[in-house]
Amino acid sequence: MSIELKNVSKQFGGVKAVNDVSFSVNEGELMALLGPSGGGKTTVLRMIAGLEMPTSGDVFIRGQRMNDVSVRERNIGFVFQNYALFKNMTVFKNIAFGLKIKKWKRADIKDRVAEMLKLFKIEGLEKRYPHQLSGGQRQRVAIARALAPKPSVLLLDEPFGAVDAKVRQELREWLVKLHHDLNVTTIFVTHDQEEALEVSNRIVIFAPGGNLQQIGAPREVYEQPANLFVAQFIGVMNILDTEVKDGVARAGELQFAAHDQPNGTKLKIGFRPYAVQVSTDLNLYPYKAVLRHTFFLGVMLRLEFQLSSGLPLRSRMTKEEYAQLGLEDGREVSLQIRNYRILAKEEVGLPPETEFKYQPPPTIAEHI
Amino acid sequence: MAGTVKRKNGDSHRQSRRGTEEKPFVKWILISVALAFCLVFLLLPLVNVFAQAFGLGWKAYLNALRDPNSWSAIRLTLIVAAIAVPLNTIFGICAAWAIAKFNFRGKSLLITLIDLPFSVSPVVAGLMFVVLFGMNGFFGPWLENHPLHLFGKVIELKIIYAVPGIVLATMFVTFPFVARELIPVMQATGTEQEQAALTLGASGWTTFWHVTLPSVKWGLIYGIILCNARAMGEFGAVSVVSGSIVGQTETMPLWIQSLNNGNTQAATAAAFAVASLLALLALVTLGFKTLLEWKQAREYQRAQEAPLPPIPQSDTAFLSKMS
Repeated sequence: MSIELKNVSKQFGGVKAVNDVSFSVNEGELMALLGPSGGGKTTVLRMIAGLEMPTSGDVFIRGQRMNDVSVRERNIGFVFQNYALFKNMTVFKNIAFGLKIKKWKRADIKDRVAEMLKLFKIEGLEKRYPHQLSGGQRQRVAIARALAPKPSVLLLDEPFGAVDAKVRQELREWLVKLHHDLNVTTIFVTHDQEEALEVSNRIVIFAPGGNLQQIGAPREVYEQPANLFVAQFIGVMNILDTEVKDGVARAGELQFAAHDQPNGTKLKIGFRPYAVQVSTDLNLYPYKAVLRHTFFLGVMLRLEFQLSSGLPLRSRMTKEEYAQLGLEDGREVSLQIRNYRILAKEEVGLPPETEFKYQPPPTIAEHI
Repeated sequence: MAGTVKRKNGDSHRQSRRGTEEKPFVKWILISVALAFCLVFLLLPLVNVFAQAFGLGWKAYLNALRDPNSWSAIRLTLIVAAIAVPLNTIFGICAAWAIAKFNFRGKSLLITLIDLPFSVSPVVAGLMFVVLFGMNGFFGPWLENHPLHLFGKVIELKIIYAVPGIVLATMFVTFPFVARELIPVMQATGTEQEQAALTLGASGWTTFWHVTLPSVKWGLIYGIILCNARAMGEFGAVSVVSGSIVGQTETMPLWIQSLNNGNTQAATAAAFAVASLLALLALVTLGFKTLLEWKQAREYQRAQEAPLPPIPQSDTAFLSKMS
């Protein structure tokens, strides 16, 4: 076990930034801390680094309790959001800084910096100052500087926040490759769920107020969101307010099996766009709908249907499937929903006769 | 008809181009007023100082400076500056650091206090020290009754009408310069670079020496130069605490005043001779300041225009080669 947090809380004045968080990171893992702003993820990262001290709880690195160990002695590599390169030093001196502090021999420092320059493909830039570098180069210098002294863990705060969108995609792949080659335990903070899903081995998801929601592999949190918050935050999901009547949860004409739920129970039910099956054969599937709009996202298309009851539904398919079905806006289709999850439950039952009121837009997560 | 249209277009073009500028004659009037003011109130008196100083010839000028009392005043001024400037530099860095890098209660009070010497009349500042350390002041009698015993000698620590008082008064008056120059620079730099140094294992001292100080270098030097100029030129506060004992507690500005009161032609010339040194200091300070600004601009310019070595790969081309 490389890093472990036990019941860690952090308060700034009266504001709770991190609330009783426990999780552990395995040696060599690439972990993402994901959450909206105000989720306390950066504070968690800074507490692991020792830049913030927990109000309560313990932080362990390689089995050693770190609460009273200063930043300097934790042997961590930290990459700041805006890189925080030493602007009065050249690239060479920036990377060599940590080695000089650790009293490496001059020749060793030279070798190590050369090695880092080569690894990060920034040879030839060693005499430049930070302001003479592009955003991507700065980031690589910052990571090289953090990794040069061979830290036990690499911590990155929003590593791709400050580079433009086109470079970002490629840097993600690069980080995965780098992690694969060096195999150093890495934790990075991001608010971009796509980035977390794509890059990490595991994801820790935070909600505002520093509350941990779920820990799991990308596939796990995507397919089995632990609760409504995670479902809404990760990927796109159709989320419906339903009410149980005679063992069936209903929203409009949609029906979901809910055998063990008493009448009147309110359930939030969610399903991914790919769980919606579409046919132009109006008798094949149970629900009738009209294709309202098609959004082109490259290879994938996003489709918005409207059920006979007025409920909107979101689906995805490839261009080929779309062409095969011969779909077009305004076309009538039949639908079915393959699988779904119960995300939240409110058992304070209302009388079963209560009229169902559907409120369309806010119930469908919009996260593309 | 076509002609008028054309002219109209031309006018509107000119107007839009200079939409933010004043009419030429306003510009020239403002420039001439500023220039005339500088000429009459700054340049003319300065030239006059040197003219008067050399009025009785080179020999008289050198003799005036070689006079033991003049020499003692010059030496005292240098000593006072040599103590006050480094101390104020250290205090200034501490104060600026505290204000720029930490959040604490009473921060705005501290900022106000740093500015206090600017808003208090130097004479009042001097009087404050007389009230504190003078014979009839708070600590005066106590100091008189408690002489220091050092190396077997008994030393009576005299502050007012002695060098320590002059140093104190000078330090009070020149306190804000370094801090005032540093605070905005430090605030702009933020604390991330220092945090980065910490995560790399650097001690507080190493961080200060290798990261903080280089990034505020120009502001610091500028503050020190201004502080020094004021320390050497201060009259009001120093005159109250010095007691003007000729050859002992007279700094250059005080000595110039005494000489000028002499009312003989030779004394006046001598006064101007010493004054010329202070004027020279002002010019040197000004020169340094200009040089600094120029160097700073050039360093920046150079960094901008430096021919960059060829980059081995573009930002992301290396990705394909890695996999």
